[in-house]
Amino acid sequence: MQRYEQIEPMEPIIGPGQTYATITERISSIPLTDLRQTPRGWLVGFAISFSFLMLFLISILWLFARGTGIWGLNIPVAWGFAIINFVWWIGIGHAGTLISAVLLLFQQSWRNSINRFAEAMTLFAVACAGLFPILHLGRPWLFYWLIPYPNTLGMWPQFRSPLAWDVFAISTYATVSLLFWLVGLIPDFAILRDRAAGKLQRQIFGLLSLGWRSSSRHWHRYEMAYLILAALSTPLVVSVHSIVSLDFAVSQLPGWHVTIFPPYFVAGAVFSGFAMVLTLTIPIRKWYNLEDFITMKHLDNMAKVMLVTGSIVFYGYLMELFYGWYSASAFEQFMVLNRMIGPYAPFFWALIVCNGIIPQLLWFKFFRQNIPFLFVFSIIVNIGMWLERFVIVVISLHREFLPSSWDMYTPTFWDWSLYIGSFGLFFTLLFLFIRFLPMINIFEMSMLQFSENEKAHGREARRVQLAGDTPEPAEMA
Amino acid sequence: MTRPAIYGLMAEFDSAEAITKAAHRAHEEGYHDMDAYTPFPIEEVIEAVSPRNTGVPFFVLIGGVLGASGGFFMQMYAMTIDYPLNIGGRPPNITGWPSFIPITFESGILLAAFAAVISLIALNGLPMPYHPVFNVPGFERASQDRFFLCIEATDTKFDRRRTREFLQSLQPRQITEVEP
Repeated sequence: MQRYEQIEPMEPIIGPGQTYATITERISSIPLTDLRQTPRGWLVGFAISFSFLMLFLISILWLFARGTGIWGLNIPVAWGFAIINFVWWIGIGHAGTLISAVLLLFQQSWRNSINRFAEAMTLFAVACAGLFPILHLGRPWLFYWLIPYPNTLGMWPQFRSPLAWDVFAISTYATVSLLFWLVGLIPDFAILRDRAAGKLQRQIFGLLSLGWRSSSRHWHRYEMAYLILAALSTPLVVSVHSIVSLDFAVSQLPGWHVTIFPPYFVAGAVFSGFAMVLTLTIPIRKWYNLEDFITMKHLDNMAKVMLVTGSIVFYGYLMELFYGWYSASAFEQFMVLNRMIGPYAPFFWALIVCNGIIPQLLWFKFFRQNIPFLFVFSIIVNIGMWLERFVIVVISLHREFLPSSWDMYTPTFWDWSLYIGSFGLFFTLLFLFIRFLPMINIFEMSMLQFSENEKAHGREARRVQLAGDTPEPAEMA
Repeated sequence: MTRPAIYGLMAEFDSAEAITKAAHRAHEEGYHDMDAYTPFPIEEVIEAVSPRNTGVPFFVLIGGVLGASGGFFMQMYAMTIDYPLNIGGRPPNITGWPSFIPITFESGILLAAFAAVISLIALNGLPMPYHPVFNVPGFERASQDRFFLCIEATDTKFDRRRTREFLQSLQPRQITEVEP
């Protein structure tokens, strides 16, 4: 009887009563909706996002006209919002790759319903992230000097600098994420082509699907290529945030010169990325009635991942403080004190509450399965992770070695407008994505349904066997 | 060689279980030039109709090796031969290699990923907007909830009448002759 209990309970990852046809119908009907029947809510959301995108563009225009002096930067705080936002956005992107690649390799099939969405989030977050370092350049129009190309200056990028590594890491990450996403879309474009009502729709999706015809020989290569891309993305995602952390760790500034940075940055990236996935999926599954595909099981699993990564991050904060004290260096010890009781101390303590204390609630199933709590929680973590980068960048810089060069950093209107405007870019792209592309991977959902059926049959057969019966042939079919 | 009058015979099935059984039977019967069309990859069907080697990993290996070595030697050349720089005491010769590893890694991954995607598309013969199987009535459901098995006319065992009889024995929904 004990074993019987172990086999039976299984939270579904697809809601009951779904078939291949209903899965396909439900998901593909969203991008195939006629333009004139676009939901009102979508239009409102898109309009708001688009106006923030305009704010972003105006901020960039003003920046190009006047230079970085419009921000609150000074010496010593030469890295302000631009770098904070860069690290914040790129961290958010990491959850997408983790969900699509790492969970694929670990055969966590529940990922199938959130991977397309998470990958799109990755792409858009990386697009936001990539802009900030370029805007932070004194002369952004010369950004191509970062790329090694034959030039009349006779100069190369400085390949020993983590900043040059960053260029390669981010551009590789953006490119590979895009390839991964597009490969995943090919079979779904074929589905949309086959279901399209109008001729124009059929032609557009027909072109995008490259003439995909669901052939098994093609699937064979497809699965191989997809697996390889996942295997390539997995070390890539670890390397990207490690390299970002080296931007700090290779310098000698107290608060940056820490060996724990790479793993702790990677964990923080996954933590903030899952927070953003929760922030986005909780309303979307509600609005588009996708509760059968993004189930409680998914939210619970994501909360568990956040509990693990959040605890690693909290450990990182404590270790930073410990090393500051243990280093026996007056500058490191001062940095720790300045964090805890200096002028920016409220930010530090807010960070500890947001990322250290509150995530510990996720030990309890009650909180993991409480949707309103998870939504609020995910926003708290997003804020917490932004504060983390603020603490690292600003608090470390503003009181460095020489007291005569200490200064305070106060963001200006244009700092805020560029940050808030980047949400406009992110959400505009996201709204376009959920309207015009299938936001859940259709064929992978059908595949999941197939394997769930098989598993259910297997469980049924096993259950009957344990109960002392032989399975009936009808159940095997 | 004369062009065969038809591309092949296409049988349509209702379920993943039926196509799996059918693909196995056709394989046992000795058919080689055949293909199944399913809404999602089914391991057992792929084993029955597709040759073992996909060719993709080989190109990925080449891409990865080219990318990594290209990245490494570019940095080596730039920082030790073309414009030697002593930065942070890292020697401007071969012993300074550790600081070149991150970019070596990234460029290796980049070219390997491109190799994976390009070889996937090229080896599959895509993009191919027209293909005979698209002529089969109801084939648009192959991407959704129907399962097709096509025995192609190029197969040595193919015979219009006997192959049709064989397919009939698998109890498909319907059998169609595929126009070339």
